Amino acid sequence: MSKMAKIKKEKKTLWQRFTAWVNGDAAEQPLLPAEPPKPPKNKGAKGKKQKAQPTRKEWMGLSRFEHFYRVCAVVIGVAIVSVLMVTVLQLPLFGSPDNPAVNEVVERYVEKGLEETGAVNMVAGMILDYRAFDTFGESSVLFLAVTCVTMLLMRDRNNTTKEEDLLTAREHVIEGYEEDIILTKIARLVIPCALVYGIYVVLNGHLSPGGGFSGGTIMGSALILFAVSFGMIRISRFFTYATFRKVTSCALMVYAASKAYSFFTGANHLESHIPLGTPGAILSSGLILVLDICVGIVVACTMYGFYALFTKGEL
Amino acid sequence: MEHLLINHYETAAVILFGIGFLNLLLQNNLVKKVIGVGIMDSSVYLFLASQGYIEGRLAPILVGEVANAADYINPIPAGLVLTGIVVSVSVTAFSLALIQRLYQKYKTVNFDEIVQLARQKGDE
Amino acid sequence: MPFVYNFPFFSIFICMISGIVTPLLKNGRWAYRLSLFASGAGLLLSGVLLGRIGPANESFSFMMGHFPAPWGNELSVGPLEAVLATAVCLVMMMALLGGSRDIFEDVLPEKQKLYFIMMDEILAALLALTYTNDIFTAYVFIEISTIAACAIVMAKDASATLVATMRYLIMSLLGSGLVLIGIVLLYCITGHLLFPSLQQRVLELVATGQYTIPLTVVVGLIVLGLGIKSAMFPFHLWLPPAHGSATTASSSVLSGLVVKGYIILMIRLFYKVFTIEVIRELRITNMIFLFGLAGMIIGSIGAMKEGHIKRMLAYSSVAQLGYVFMGIGLGTDIGIMAACFQILVHACTKPMLFSCASALSAGRHHNKKLHALRGAAYENKLAGIGFTVGALSMIGIPLFAGFAAKVFFASATMAQPVKMWMTLLTLALSTVLNALYYIPAVTVLWSRPAEGETGEKQPVYPAFAVSTVVFIAAVFFLGICYEPVVTLIQNGLALL
Repeated sequence: MSKMAKIKKEKKTLWQRFTAWVNGDAAEQPLLPAEPPKPPKNKGAKGKKQKAQPTRKEWMGLSRFEHFYRVCAVVIGVAIVSVLMVTVLQLPLFGSPDNPAVNEVVERYVEKGLEETGAVNMVAGMILDYRAFDTFGESSVLFLAVTCVTMLLMRDRNNTTKEEDLLTAREHVIEGYEEDIILTKIARLVIPCALVYGIYVVLNGHLSPGGGFSGGTIMGSALILFAVSFGMIRISRFFTYATFRKVTSCALMVYAASKAYSFFTGANHLESHIPLGTPGAILSSGLILVLDICVGIVVACTMYGFYALFTKGEL
Repeated sequence: MEHLLINHYETAAVILFGIGFLNLLLQNNLVKKVIGVGIMDSSVYLFLASQGYIEGRLAPILVGEVANAADYINPIPAGLVLTGIVVSVSVTAFSLALIQRLYQKYKTVNFDEIVQLARQKGDE
Repeated sequence: MPFVYNFPFFSIFICMISGIVTPLLKNGRWAYRLSLFASGAGLLLSGVLLGRIGPANESFSFMMGHFPAPWGNELSVGPLEAVLATAVCLVMMMALLGGSRDIFEDVLPEKQKLYFIMMDEILAALLALTYTNDIFTAYVFIEISTIAACAIVMAKDASATLVATMRYLIMSLLGSGLVLIGIVLLYCITGHLLFPSLQQRVLELVATGQYTIPLTVVVGLIVLGLGIKSAMFPFHLWLPPAHGSATTASSSVLSGLVVKGYIILMIRLFYKVFTIEVIRELRITNMIFLFGLAGMIIGSIGAMKEGHIKRMLAYSSVAQLGYVFMGIGLGTDIGIMAACFQILVHACTKPMLFSCASALSAGRHHNKKLHALRGAAYENKLAGIGFTVGALSMIGIPLFAGFAAKVFFASATMAQPVKMWMTLLTLALSTVLNALYYIPAVTVLWSRPAEGETGEKQPVYPAFAVSTVVFIAAVFFLGICYEPVVTLIQNGLALL
């Protein structure tokens, strides 16, 4: 230890520092010293002149680099917008039937969509049958997002203090005793209607505009309204974190299993034994109905999960 | 110039993209940065959705028995926008959760201040 | 269709289903075992696939569903994709093994399951980006890997990681936005989403001279977006804090795999959608070349300033990625083959460096500053040997993998006089700079500590031992028997 102290005390030339560094001795004094962190400037000196203006930005030591970065960012942004404007000048006209996008792909989706997928809604047929892999990825993105938000916001010993815990417990007790009359009465009317509407949108996804995502959002908003008006304790009687995990995992498993079956039979040119049903009936279009229901359940739970985690930090 | 007016959806989308992009880079407030990302993504979906429209044709829900490709608009951009919107929602939720944790820790939403405070608290 | 052709689809789905099932498991340990199983299964399937299509030089496309391209989704598999997929699964498995102790210490018990979900999804996204034949599927999986990568950075839950994650997220979202608008413009001018049809339409557009400006803008936006996400020179500032402050397995996976996934996608787009001749004509390769050269120097200079071992390794990643961009920027087939080889080399070396650094600091109360690690190699000899092997490979000593990569880069430039001088000069300078920060680090680790500075001898955990031994073997394999790997890559590029 004393040897190190002696070395520190000596005045070092560049060559000495270099050899010491190659020997691994001067690792505390790297060859090219990094910039020391800027000390926060004295607030009191300039306080008189600029009391009204927010001056914390300057106090935080906006260095030359940051100014350069801002100028650069504006230049790049303006450049990108002008380049894109020039591009728009060269693009095909809006709404013209000779666009490159109108080609044999669209023809088949529109003309053969009904007999190949069984869906009256061509968009649903496209995203859940022709291009189903994209939709599988998209459901995983939603699942990933709610997992990440759980990782960040769910109460654990790192992100909660004792006071917050006590506060939450108090709020739960208050919820139990005081009910907001207007909110609860109206909610009793609105929630069943919203749920039924959501289920209707999900089940009719392949027959009319709608589908799993929009229907799921409507059902999720009904759940959120329930939590807001009746309190977290009432909703945790039937919707806990365990329920949430099981329901979403099972729905996604069913989705993955059906898609795996569909891809496997398709790629190996095997016969897929799912009946397509009569067009226009609810029980039709093969697996699309099942996929819509799974997606609807996942989206509903996810939307409610976001609400619960953001407001209370627990599900 | 008329081209820009005929393709007015694309023009508006490009302007919004620029606004969102500059917001993302230049705003100090983290919540405003996330709003910038939202504007940027929404402008791209506006651009994409406008690709599907064809003059004088119907929405892609089958009406009647037989489908003729010349009667319906292009359904592909609508499907892609559907996927994109869900991705955008997920990303926004994640960013906002991260901002909430940062606020819990540093009591500010200003990114410059957070970086300075983190540097002062010490590197790990 | 031979049954082996189903294996890419199986590997992607096994990873995604493992991620979906993990919330139902009992605790973090079971999630860890499931992740190991998923990456091991992926490794087995990709290895068998490689054994089948590598020697036979076949390539095929796999219909995802009942409809062929351009109406349905497809995967396209050749020798290059099989090699990359095998490497990705192997590195993921070994990174998980090497960093497992730190995961269970750094992440809270109730959140450990969620961490492994992220790892499974990253593996699935990387495999999908390697195999995909459709540009919009590529975008969806880019987003999956962005969210999961940000999540594994912040899993450690310290103040530095939260700020680093925010910066990483902002830059990633910027990159994704640019890629998305590039894809939308491409759809607008061509009307297709699958690679074969896109290539046909792009060649038609180039031949007739229609839509030249939009096509150039599309290529520029996609390259810019993917470059931001993979730390190309001016956009690399998010990488050191993110990779340097995360837990060990996260740093390994991020440095070794995630940034490479976007580069692999860029190379595949260059070959399958735009064709390499068009890219050369548009002079995009020159820009990438210059950025690569700058990255090589700036990364090394940044590493020399660092005293914290993990941030030094992260800056070194920026420099090594500069090599890859330089290779792509050369524009020739040999250049891109060298870039792919450097991807494999870095993927096998950097995770080993991260896990050895973490194991060495474990005996010194997890103090990661270099001056606190004096003599740490004597407490954990395997970690010390692993770090030394990795460091020598990064510098480019013969017999190690890094040297083979540098030789390929040098020989790739021989045909182009202007670029040759710049490349050789920068290669020499960057080798010297690499030595200037790796040699002191190795010297510190192996120098006898002063009295009172020693820690206790560390037990060698079997998972860490297996991972380090496999990585050392991979480094020597790539350094000595590089012929078969290089031939596979060359054949794969020819078939793309």
